[in-house]
Amino acid sequence: MAEFFQMGGYAAYVWPVYALGILVPLALAVQSLADYRRQARLADALERDAGGRVRRAARHPDMESAP
Amino acid sequence: MSPMTRPSASQRLQAFANPARFMTLSGRLLAPLWLVSLGFLVVGLYFALFASPPDYQQGETVRIMYVHVPSAWLAMFGYSVMAMASAVALIFRHPLADLCAKSAAPIGAAFTFLALVTGALWGKPMWGAWWVWDARLTSVLILFFLYLGYMALWTAIEEPTRAARAAAVLALVGAINVPIIRYSVVWWNTLHQPASVFRMDGPTIAPEMLLPLALMALGFTFLFVTLLLVRMRAEILRHRVRQLRLALAASGAEG
Repeated sequence: MAEFFQMGGYAAYVWPVYALGILVPLALAVQSLADYRRQARLADALERDAGGRVRRAARHPDMESAP
Repeated sequence: MSPMTRPSASQRLQAFANPARFMTLSGRLLAPLWLVSLGFLVVGLYFALFASPPDYQQGETVRIMYVHVPSAWLAMFGYSVMAMASAVALIFRHPLADLCAKSAAPIGAAFTFLALVTGALWGKPMWGAWWVWDARLTSVLILFFLYLGYMALWTAIEEPTRAARAAAVLALVGAINVPIIRYSVVWWNTLHQPASVFRMDGPTIAPEMLLPLALMALGFTFLFVTLLLVRMRAEILRHRVRQLRLALAASGAEG
């Protein structure tokens, strides 16, 4: 087991690679999901606040001018 | 055959243009995509760390390859997606194309960062240097800056349609860098080794090393697609929030 962690003397290079290989995609996933949830909450709140006219517009979003 | 009997290419493209339909379809795809991504990555990590042999020259550092090479592939794949989506946005005005390009950029940038850092961690023990200014490393560093510039352009221009157009042009101009990265190891004498998997004469890498590499590459690719869908969904909602705010402001001004 100790031998496995030593990685043939290259532990200082191999383990940081795997740590980053997991952490970087994980951080991106967490940020992406958090942003999605935030936008979903904002959209829901705005649709609740809005009047009937706006609510209809939201149900059929006009994507002609979408970025 | 009458042109009326079959939908034209642009009509068929329009079928995917509906954001509501995209939200439904992507919503259904997300759970299986997360599972497949994680599945490949877990099995891939097992083979990469436990069930594969050390290299006869590089020893255990060969395991760095299973993170480094898929990251580098995804770095280029991400830019290709971004450039193609930008072309579709400019030519066909497909409403989701700009969102696709915008969403691909941070994912591509993250994988480029990962490729650069893991490359440095491999370069130090094998070459004796964290960094060398050879053609492969330099062109990938430029790729990273292109991603950053593209993302900065989106935030620098307030109006979304104008930001989208400017960013799309930048993405297309920068696309010239992708073949330069691919062939940098052929055109110039680089310290970086040439391709050993996608070669005209087939892979030269040992099968027991090709397996973890392929599993990790599939895992990262599925993760890329999953994150792309999540980010595109967030962009559609962001657009809706913007529209609702404008509508609310307009109705507030009226009464």
